[in-house]
Amino acid sequence: MFRNKLAIVGLFIIVILVFAAVFAPYLAPSNPFEQSLKGGLNPSSQEHLLGQDKLGRDNLSRIIYGSRISVFVGLAVVGISLLIGTFIGSLAGYNGGWIDELFMRIVDILLAFPGILLAIALTSVLGPSLNNVILALCVTGWVGYARIVRGQILTVKEREYIVAARALGAKPPRIIMHHILPNILSPLIVETTFGMAAVILSEASLSFLGLGAQPPTPSWGSMLNEGVQFLLVAPHMTIFPGLAIMITVLGFNFLGDGLRDTLDVRKD
Amino acid sequence: MKAFIIKRLLLLFPVVFGVLTLVFLLIHLIPGDPVDLMLGENAQIADKETLRKQLRLDEPLGKQYLLFVGGVIRGNFGNSLHSRKPVIELILKRYPATIKLTVAAMIMALLISLPAGIYSAIRQYSFMDNSSMFFALLGVSMPNFWLGPMLMIVLSVNMGLFPISGDEGLSSIVLPAITLGTGMAAILSRMVRASMLEVISQEYIVAARAKGLSEVRVILKHALKNALVPVVTIVGLQFGALLAGAIITETIFSWPGIGRLLIQAINTRDYPLVQGCVLIISISYVLINLITDIVYSYIDPRIKLR
Repeated sequence: MFRNKLAIVGLFIIVILVFAAVFAPYLAPSNPFEQSLKGGLNPSSQEHLLGQDKLGRDNLSRIIYGSRISVFVGLAVVGISLLIGTFIGSLAGYNGGWIDELFMRIVDILLAFPGILLAIALTSVLGPSLNNVILALCVTGWVGYARIVRGQILTVKEREYIVAARALGAKPPRIIMHHILPNILSPLIVETTFGMAAVILSEASLSFLGLGAQPPTPSWGSMLNEGVQFLLVAPHMTIFPGLAIMITVLGFNFLGDGLRDTLDVRKD
Repeated sequence: MKAFIIKRLLLLFPVVFGVLTLVFLLIHLIPGDPVDLMLGENAQIADKETLRKQLRLDEPLGKQYLLFVGGVIRGNFGNSLHSRKPVIELILKRYPATIKLTVAAMIMALLISLPAGIYSAIRQYSFMDNSSMFFALLGVSMPNFWLGPMLMIVLSVNMGLFPISGDEGLSSIVLPAITLGTGMAAILSRMVRASMLEVISQEYIVAARAKGLSEVRVILKHALKNALVPVVTIVGLQFGALLAGAIITETIFSWPGIGRLLIQAINTRDYPLVQGCVLIISISYVLINLITDIVYSYIDPRIKLR
């Protein structure tokens, strides 16, 4: 992977993102909630490198703090979805029969909602909040992981080493945990990387629509939402949070592409 | 072929049934009393009871479900709480604008992705190949709710080339179509490139070259025709996905489509309208996928054997 330049760039971007999220209080030049109405909508200056928002809050500080929301939501959704997806995919793939049939129908139903439509619908009824965004994104997020795990299990479960483990009396949970999952990690790692990109983009979309993080929480999507209202007089409020989202998503996509090539995972 | 289509149609029923059930349950997922949320806690009790009756929330859950499904089958999605008009009427009024936008975005995406993907494949690892694939990745990563406003600033405000928002003539569709279609153009150009690379290494392409055919003829007549087979599926699936992308694009550009209607309904807590919009977008997506599968089975007969 280290020969793939774009993957290295991706990894570098992700390291910076995580660093910014963890050390936000030390890196941010000022308090992201501190208002200064006199400086409202001011463009870039020496004091405020990326300008100020409508309440005079420092844009750079809010973008740095915003990385926390993206990282937190990304890790939470991908983590929970991975656990649920792996469990359900293993159950369906290993057992087959009616469990598998039921799983496939549930997947078909969830995939009938294009993009983030179901997440939009769910957050609209549950109420706008970050927890509800995580819940809504998990409802559809597990499907991708479950399909991968199920598909991989179907291809490996009749291999000799699995048959041997079964013949030695190993129980299905042990076979899945110790013999199957370690052998299907590569596609899961790749899917997780792309999953982070998709979740960060979805969270930003929901926050942009006013369904995610609520003011005054600094989230990139909600910052963009505010920025669009002042597009003509203060474009810096739209440009910088959008760049932060794009660079972050690009980082995960670069890394995902690199990992896919390195781990030799075929794209579906 | 007939058996494949029948099988595919039969598979449609559980999906549509599941979608209907999920959309029905939406209103019941509202924490607390949905009527309180729609009218506000301080509303008159009589008004609350009227709305409860209108939404049939006073009936047992099973009966509510049957009434909902029966209504949808008859094309009755209830009335909008805000405008009091039938939901289906409001949706049908906005639907053509969304289709217009998605078709324009699709055309834009194809116009960019086909030449870019083909050129990248025939000049693999060249500067143009690397740059177009870099831009493809950039396109996939670019949020459309950022690209839209950026296009507005540069092309509408600074250069005055296109209207800033709304649906007023052909020029007003350009910016929303670029915003909506960029992600798709990026995905498609990667797909076309990969598919072309696989095809041009096949023996029949070598044979076509050995016969002395011109490179243009080899690429356009022999390679492209076969390379486009898997692309058809992606185009179909992405066309459906554009319907979801249109929700944000329409909101940015005040485009009078079903996506904007959905967001307006969410903001006014008009839940019957939210249910109607979600249902229509999902059913459209399911039908587009069905058509894609059938078209694909015509183009590639091997699919029926799987």
